[in-house]
Amino acid sequence: MQRRLTTWLLLAPAGVWFAVMLVLPLCFVLVFSFGMRAPAGGYVPAFTFEQYANLPARGTAFLNTLTLAPLGTLLSLVIAYPLAYFLAMRADPKWRTTLLILVIVPFWTSILIRSYAWIFILGGQGLPAIIEWLGFGPVRLINTPFAVLTGIVYGYLPLMVLPVYVSLERLDKRLLEASADLGAPPLRSFLQVTLPLSLPGVATGCMLVFILLMGEFLIPAMLGGGKVFFIGNALVDLFLQSRNWAFGAAVAVTLVVIMLVTVSLYMWLMRRMGGQRDDMALM
Amino acid sequence: MTDKIDHISRQKFMEELRRYQKGSVTRRHFLGVTGLGAASAVLGAAMPGLIPRPALAQGIGDRAILATWPNYHDVTNFDAFAAETGATVQVNVFGSNEEMLAKLQAGGSGWDVFVPTNYTITTYVEQDLIEPLDMSLLPNYDPASFDQRFAGPGTVDGKVYAVSKNWGTTGFAVNTNNTGGTTPATWKEFFERTQTDFSGRTMVHDYQLTTIGAALKAFGYSFNSVDPAELAKAEELLLATKPHLFAISSDYQPSMRSGDAWMTIAWTGDAKQMNRDMPEIVYVLGREGGELWSDFYAVPKGAPHREAGYALINFLLKPEVNVKEALFHGYPVADARVNALLPAEVLADPILYPAADLLSALEFGAAATLTDPNRAELMARFKSA
Repeated sequence: MQRRLTTWLLLAPAGVWFAVMLVLPLCFVLVFSFGMRAPAGGYVPAFTFEQYANLPARGTAFLNTLTLAPLGTLLSLVIAYPLAYFLAMRADPKWRTTLLILVIVPFWTSILIRSYAWIFILGGQGLPAIIEWLGFGPVRLINTPFAVLTGIVYGYLPLMVLPVYVSLERLDKRLLEASADLGAPPLRSFLQVTLPLSLPGVATGCMLVFILLMGEFLIPAMLGGGKVFFIGNALVDLFLQSRNWAFGAAVAVTLVVIMLVTVSLYMWLMRRMGGQRDDMALM
Repeated sequence: MTDKIDHISRQKFMEELRRYQKGSVTRRHFLGVTGLGAASAVLGAAMPGLIPRPALAQGIGDRAILATWPNYHDVTNFDAFAAETGATVQVNVFGSNEEMLAKLQAGGSGWDVFVPTNYTITTYVEQDLIEPLDMSLLPNYDPASFDQRFAGPGTVDGKVYAVSKNWGTTGFAVNTNNTGGTTPATWKEFFERTQTDFSGRTMVHDYQLTTIGAALKAFGYSFNSVDPAELAKAEELLLATKPHLFAISSDYQPSMRSGDAWMTIAWTGDAKQMNRDMPEIVYVLGREGGELWSDFYAVPKGAPHREAGYALINFLLKPEVNVKEALFHGYPVADARVNALLPAEVLADPILYPAADLLSALEFGAAATLTDPNRAELMARFKSA
C-alpha cells in the first residue's frame, strides 16, 4: 500500500503535466475542429463537419509533407547509419565521446539561426557562386525543394545518429565473432547479424525524425522561400494569418490522426520483430 | 522563442546595441522572417544594470512592452526613454496585422503598446480589444498638426482609439542593374516581367492584402476587391506567376541586397532603407494605383504596464524624438511639427513623398479586405500550388 502511494505520488507531476499540457489542449482542438470561423476571424461554437469536408483545400500541403518527410527521414538514415556504425564499431574508444559530442554540438545553436546560415550558403553568393566559378552553368539552390531537403537532413541528422549508435553500441560483439568463426564473410555478418540487431535503433530514429518532420514549418518557410508549403505552414497561416481556428483545428486533428496511425504501425512492427522491448524503450 | 539576454555585462550590451545601430539588424530579421507571433526580441528589460536610476517618482513601472514591425524604431530613442523614465522598452516584432490580431484575440498578449494599421482599427474596436485613449496622458499629441488623411482612421465613433505613427505606400522595389534600361512602371509590367526576363528573381509578400491587392491592380481592379470574379482573375495571374517567383516572403531586404532577388513588392521604409545603401534599387508606385496606409499607436485593453505604455507613446510623439525615428526608418510622418524639423532633401524624396498624381491613385486598405475568408483561402491556394 505504502509502495503504491509512493508510485502514484512520483507519477503525479508527469501525470498532471500531460493532462494539462497535452490532453486538455487536444480536447480543445478537437472541439474547435467542429466549430466555425467567426466573421472577423477566431472561433464560434457549432457542430458541423464542414471543416473536415474542406480538408482537400490543404491537399497539396498534406502531399508535400507526406512526400518530403519520408524522403528526409530516409536520406537522414542513409547518411546517419554509416556514421553511427563508425562511431560504435570502428572509432577509437579514446575519441568516441569527443566524436559523439561533436554530433550533438549543432544543437547548441538554435535551428532558426542555423537555418538562416543556410540561406546564405545556398544563396546566389554561396555555393552556386562556387559551382559557377568551377564552370558548371548557373544553378539555383535556395528556395527549392532541394534546399528544404538539405535543411531537413542537416537539422535532423543527430536525432537519427544517436538511436542507431546506441543500438549498435549495445550489440553483443561476441555474436560477430561467432559469425566470423562460422565462416561468414564480413558483408554476410553485417546483413545477418548487425543490421537486424540494429533495426530497433533504426526504427526509433526514423520515428523520431519522421514525427518531428511532419510538424516542421520553419525550414520550408526559410529555405523554401515560402513556396514549399508543409502542413506546419498551413497551420501557421490558418491560425496566425486567416485566423480560421476551426479549419486549423480540423487540419491539426487530421495531422494527429496520421501520426497516431504511423506510430501504431511502428509499435506493431516492433512487436513483430521479436518483442525487444528494452531496445524499444531506448529513447 | 523568446530571445532573452540574461545576465549580460554592460560592455557586452553596449556592443550589441552598437551592432543594432549600425544596421546589422539580423536578429530582427530572424524574428520577422519566421512570422511567429511568439518571436520576440528583448531589447532592454533584462539589463537592470543599464537603468540609470529607477525613477520611482514617476511611478510608471520599470518596463513598457511594445509590439511593432521590423526595422521600425531607432533604438537610441528607447534608451533615452529608459534614462528619462526608468522604464525599459521590450520589443516584440511581428510580421503581419493578422498575427497581431490573432495574438490579441487569443488574450494575454502582455503588450502595453502596439502598432496597428489603419484597416484593423475598427475590427479591434468591434472586438473590444483596444481602449479609447486617455488623451490627457498624451500631451505631445496635437491633433491640429496631423494630416487628417492619415490620422483620421484612429478615431472611431468620435473616440480616439489610436494616434498616428507613420504612413506609407506599398509599391515595388527594382534593382535597375537588371532591368536592361526599362524599369517596369505598372503592376501589369511587374507580373509580365516576372514571367519573362525577371523569372526566378521576383518576390511577393507573404501577405494576402498586398500580394492579392497587387494582382488585382494589374487588372485595374480595386486593391480591396472581394468580388469573386475579380479575385478569380487575380488568382489566375498569381498561379501563372508562381513558378517564376524567387520567394513568397515579407522579409525581402536580405535577398534584394544580396542580389538573389531583383524585384519585390515593398513598403516605403524598406525601399528607402535599401535605396539608401544601394542607389540602384529604386521604388516604383504602380501607375494603376495600390495601397496607401497609415500606422498607429494603440493601447490594448488590460495592458499590464498601461502608464508606461502611454508614457512611451507620448515620448515617441515628441517632435524631436519622432524626427529621429523618421530619419532612422525612412517612413513619412503625418505630423507637421515633425516635417518642419526634417531636412529638405527628405521632404523632397519621391520614395517618401510621392508625386500628387501617384498618391491620389492609391487606396487605403479596408477592414473587410483583411478579414475576408475568400482572400485568405486564395492566398493558401497560391502558396500551396
